[in-house]
Amino acid sequence: MSEPVLEVTDLVKTFQVRRARGVRVEKASVQAVSGVSFKVDAGQTLGLVGESGSGKTTVGRCVLRLLEPSGGSIRFKGQELVGMHRNELRGLRKQMQIVFQDPYASLDPKRTVGAAIAEPFEIQGVAGDHGKMVGDLLELVGLAPDHAGRFPHEFSGGQRQRIGIARALALDPALIVLDEPVSALDVSIQAGVVNLLDDLQNELGVAYVFIAHDLAVVRHISDLVAVMYLGKLVELASAAEIYDRPAHPYTQALLSAVPEPDPEIERQRNRIVLEGEVPSPINPPSGCRFRTRCPKAQAICAEQEPLLVDESPGHAVACHFADATPVTVWQDGTFERPVG
Amino acid sequence: MSDPVLSLRDFRVSFPTLNGTVQAVRGVDLDVGQGEMVGVVGESGSGKSVTFLGLMGLLPKTTIIEGSAKIGGDELVGRSSKEMRPVRGQRIAMIFQDPLSALNPVHKIGRQIVEMIRAHQDMSKGDANKRAVELLDIVGIPQPDQRAMQYPHEFSGGMRQRVMIAMAIANEPDVLIADEPTTALDVTVQAQILEVMQRIQHELNTAIVLITHDLGVVARVVDRVQVMYAGRAVERGTVDGLFKHSIHPYTRGLMESIPALGRERLVPIPGSPPNMLQPPPGCAFAPRCAHARPICTAEIPELRPFGAGETACVRADELAEEYTNV
Repeated sequence: MSEPVLEVTDLVKTFQVRRARGVRVEKASVQAVSGVSFKVDAGQTLGLVGESGSGKTTVGRCVLRLLEPSGGSIRFKGQELVGMHRNELRGLRKQMQIVFQDPYASLDPKRTVGAAIAEPFEIQGVAGDHGKMVGDLLELVGLAPDHAGRFPHEFSGGQRQRIGIARALALDPALIVLDEPVSALDVSIQAGVVNLLDDLQNELGVAYVFIAHDLAVVRHISDLVAVMYLGKLVELASAAEIYDRPAHPYTQALLSAVPEPDPEIERQRNRIVLEGEVPSPINPPSGCRFRTRCPKAQAICAEQEPLLVDESPGHAVACHFADATPVTVWQDGTFERPVG
Repeated sequence: MSDPVLSLRDFRVSFPTLNGTVQAVRGVDLDVGQGEMVGVVGESGSGKSVTFLGLMGLLPKTTIIEGSAKIGGDELVGRSSKEMRPVRGQRIAMIFQDPLSALNPVHKIGRQIVEMIRAHQDMSKGDANKRAVELLDIVGIPQPDQRAMQYPHEFSGGMRQRVMIAMAIANEPDVLIADEPTTALDVTVQAQILEVMQRIQHELNTAIVLITHDLGVVARVVDRVQVMYAGRAVERGTVDGLFKHSIHPYTRGLMESIPALGRERLVPIPGSPPNMLQPPPGCAFAPRCAHARPICTAEIPELRPFGAGETACVRADELAEEYTNV
């Protein structure tokens, strides 16, 4: 098999924080990401899901070295990024791009859209007719070439996100990190952007790391899904596996919490409602980080940290009591898929 | 249904601006009965929030509000802010998407709830304190007596939203309006908040209006749904009726654009919502509608009974036939 586009091994990111202890200020560290490993092949989409504070965005930023990782290894097409010098990294940045959640905040309101999209060409010193190239990119994302002369405020949210995607595609990258790219959009618009991402991947063979909290969108777009909780990967498998046979209690609870747009299914579902909320990452629980909210927690969970091991081929779970039973138990005792 | 607690008739909200008048809400009818949860669904700019901000009197003074909004038979439109005061918080309460900006950061939670109670009821401070703790307990906040002594920043997002609900129900209002109450929350916390709201609906028999863009949330908790587009209701009915037999092309478009299992390709709605400075003539959805005919732009379609619900589409009969033939 060919080399993966992205291979992340034991990624760790620690932030220093200061917190008040009475009148004193105390330094503490937060491990936002602790020991995350995954790989993404060319033309593949890895969905990274988790709730706020799970570290999914931090992973995305570390992958591009927008944040400096505290430990571990990130290999992009076989080259180690951690520790690489800035000048060398700049050359590689051509091939890895990012699209952010808020398309308005990521576009300069005083520059035309054409100038924003052409900027990567200038920075990387790409030769050729930039005007023509910008027009082609705008067409590629479903806008008109003459939109290049307009300003960001003249576009709707969905169109702005398309502009962000066009800019990310400008240098023909091998990898794009999409950080909540559709969460700010209305559903009817979101569908168009999701379709566009699908088409672009088929056409260009680009790999995506798709960070989102919306599990339905992730299921739709991803080949692989990685579920994070409090800085740890708790489950990693193909999208079909995760949604059909989730094995980690957190994944099961997460899937059962997603409301399904069908009132009949909603009435019959038995939901796993988690107690409490995500604990503080400054002082994470010992052993398994999910144990404080886990319906299956036993004594061992507090003592021993479960490792991410293959439960079945290609389906890794970090739980002492991993059990890939379907989530939804109907009231008459039959099983049904968790979502769908 | 017995007499509705909240009743809107031809309710209109418009904002005069330098560029003309923005017609945000253009004639909405809505009835909500006691102990009923009604979902108001629509995308950004559909007027779903503005409708309720308008009837609460929470919009700028320059706003033009017309039509009728009655709570328990009493007209709200045309009241001065002084006349609105006994209504807001006591008969009708509202919670918002972002609970942190709705709480005062320098006062303890308990004190803020006490203030809410004592603004409307003749109650001693001690009794109000007890009641505040009781309310925090009702909305599922653990150790309510200690939590009442804490400040908003010491609460998580989900807990803050529970506090907002506690404040909203402090005076046992007839109607609770929840504007995207779970949008800013994680799914597992969203599930908890929805449960709290359902408990309040059933135990206190409060009428609840749930404003949301999330059809999944609607399917889970509401009894009836009203779909809004460009300041008007385009379809309404029971939650089952609407999810199974929607007729209006906008409602169907919304449902088809949701990623669902086995759906290879999502179906977006082409175009974008209209500019409400100059809403399109006739049906506002016509410019984006695949089923539009010249008749659609002739006049604004009214809601009329269709199947189990009501739909505002002049081609409803033809479309119903078309859908069944496919």
